[in-house]
Amino acid sequence: MSAPALEVRDLNRSFGALRVARDINLTLERGARRALIGPNGAGKTTLVNLITGALAPSSGSVALNGEDITKVSQAERARRGIARTFQINQLFRGLTVLENVVMAIGERTGDCNNLWRPAGTKRIIIDEALDHLDSLRLVEDSLKLVRELPYGRQRLVEIAIAMAQKPRVLLLDEPAAGVPSSESHLILDVVASLDPDIAILIIEHDMDVVFRFAQQITVLVAGAVFTEGAPKDIRADERVRAVYLGQDAGAGHG
Amino acid sequence: MAASDANAVPAVTMRARAIEYIGKRHRFHVWEALPWILIAAAYFVFPDRMTFGTQVLIAIMFALSLDLILGYAGIVTLGHAAFFGVGAYTVALLTARLNWGEPVTSLIIATLISAAAGFISGWFLLRYRGLTLLMLTLATAILLQEAGNYRSDITGGYDGVPGMEIWKLFGVFENDLYGRTYYIYIAVLLFLVFLVVRRIVYSPFGAALTGIRENVRRMHAIGSPVHRRLVAAYTIAAGIAGMAGALFAQSTAYTTLGVFDFESSAKVMVMLILGGTGRLYGAFAGATIYMLLEDHLAKLSPEFWQFGIGLLLVLAVLFARRGLLGLIEDIGIYFKTGGKS
Repeated sequence: MSAPALEVRDLNRSFGALRVARDINLTLERGARRALIGPNGAGKTTLVNLITGALAPSSGSVALNGEDITKVSQAERARRGIARTFQINQLFRGLTVLENVVMAIGERTGDCNNLWRPAGTKRIIIDEALDHLDSLRLVEDSLKLVRELPYGRQRLVEIAIAMAQKPRVLLLDEPAAGVPSSESHLILDVVASLDPDIAILIIEHDMDVVFRFAQQITVLVAGAVFTEGAPKDIRADERVRAVYLGQDAGAGHG
Repeated sequence: MAASDANAVPAVTMRARAIEYIGKRHRFHVWEALPWILIAAAYFVFPDRMTFGTQVLIAIMFALSLDLILGYAGIVTLGHAAFFGVGAYTVALLTARLNWGEPVTSLIIATLISAAAGFISGWFLLRYRGLTLLMLTLATAILLQEAGNYRSDITGGYDGVPGMEIWKLFGVFENDLYGRTYYIYIAVLLFLVFLVVRRIVYSPFGAALTGIRENVRRMHAIGSPVHRRLVAAYTIAAGIAGMAGALFAQSTAYTTLGVFDFESSAKVMVMLILGGTGRLYGAFAGATIYMLLEDHLAKLSPEFWQFGIGLLLVLAVLFARRGLLGLIEDIGIYFKTGGKS
């Protein structure tokens, strides 16, 4: 049995007196499909930031494929195979959709170290970028600037960039947030059809999506793992229901 | 958006079109010859104004170096004159203290030393962004200026470096009274520098710089070594700014600590913003217009000429946020679309 794709051990993080992550343990096996749920302010996005290295933990460790990466920079973690999407779009709004994806490939392959060759002339990179866009039905928008696209299609560009990183671990922070339900199905279909080898952690508020997509669910409350288990167990768990009914009055942000 | 759905292009065609577009984007357009034709024409039309022409070319080179870091990488600096000054003082001190006035070698040495100054200061400063960076770059230029002032026994302080003697170019061409020799010399260097900057801007590295400007969080998330990229760009820009400073010192055979002034850093930024950032030719348009205006207004009113520059900047900020070239582009789009966008 090989090491899990991602292993989080006893992770803590405080902002002053506020403990936003408390002794979090979380494991993603290769090809895992795990959902991370919890009421607003539970620390879901914080956990993603701790895993990607955007935020340093106060204590605890993160391991990727059995290698400790706690001290490794965010960019280096990304190069080693951790990709994420953002809850609020973080895109190159003034660049074309195609350039957004090419950028991710260029940084993955090290092509962006090249100061001399004209960008865009390496067909293998452009073809790969267009393949990613094709799988998200974005090819027709490839030459549009990101800021010209409707929000829902911008969300797809987020996923296209993450796919272009060829990650081993993919963290999806509410991929369908802010998208009308008529379009969110497309996004969730895309997520469901991602490479089964990639370990995926998805933060999502729509319980239908969670129960359909996830094989395991972790419930986070007040920065700590409240419980975890298979969807049917979580669904039946009275305490989880109480947490949600008690605190989830203003759903939408995590 | 609805209109584009009605006549949607098949994905295969769109794919080919995208490959075509992105593969040819770096190629030269016909209009790109225009600034070079003008630079050549100026030599023949105003043969007795070439000392001024020389200063315009130097300003263009200086603004171009700023465009690489400000326009492309989004590094906001108010200390870019530091590198211009290092370049100028390298040339000045080489001739005044070491009796080495050979223009080409001292130009190369000045460029390398300025680049080294860019690398070292950039390594420390480029961890910061925004206002912090603005203050730190400003402080760097002031520190250099004060260091020069402290050792005025070497630098001559604000009176300027005494006894500068620049030798003949290639041992043959004297810098004539009208500055014609240096106009050609600098125009050729500007062209070479421009080709290098243009090449960099259209490279994958240049694309990454644009990415850092557009969204640095995303760059971190896709694994970009942001700090390294910024330091690399800063080093190159510092080298070019230093080259411009060296050419200034050589063409005027004169340098004072005033080159490190905050005004000098601000001026080059105003030039670039006037012309338009992140588009290479903005440096050409902005520097030329600024220098011409400064020249004419100063003759018109030696006391109040800065009022004219200020007015122009206000107008630019109000009506041409993306600079003069941005304005021209917008007008072009306006007429193309019949005023619909």
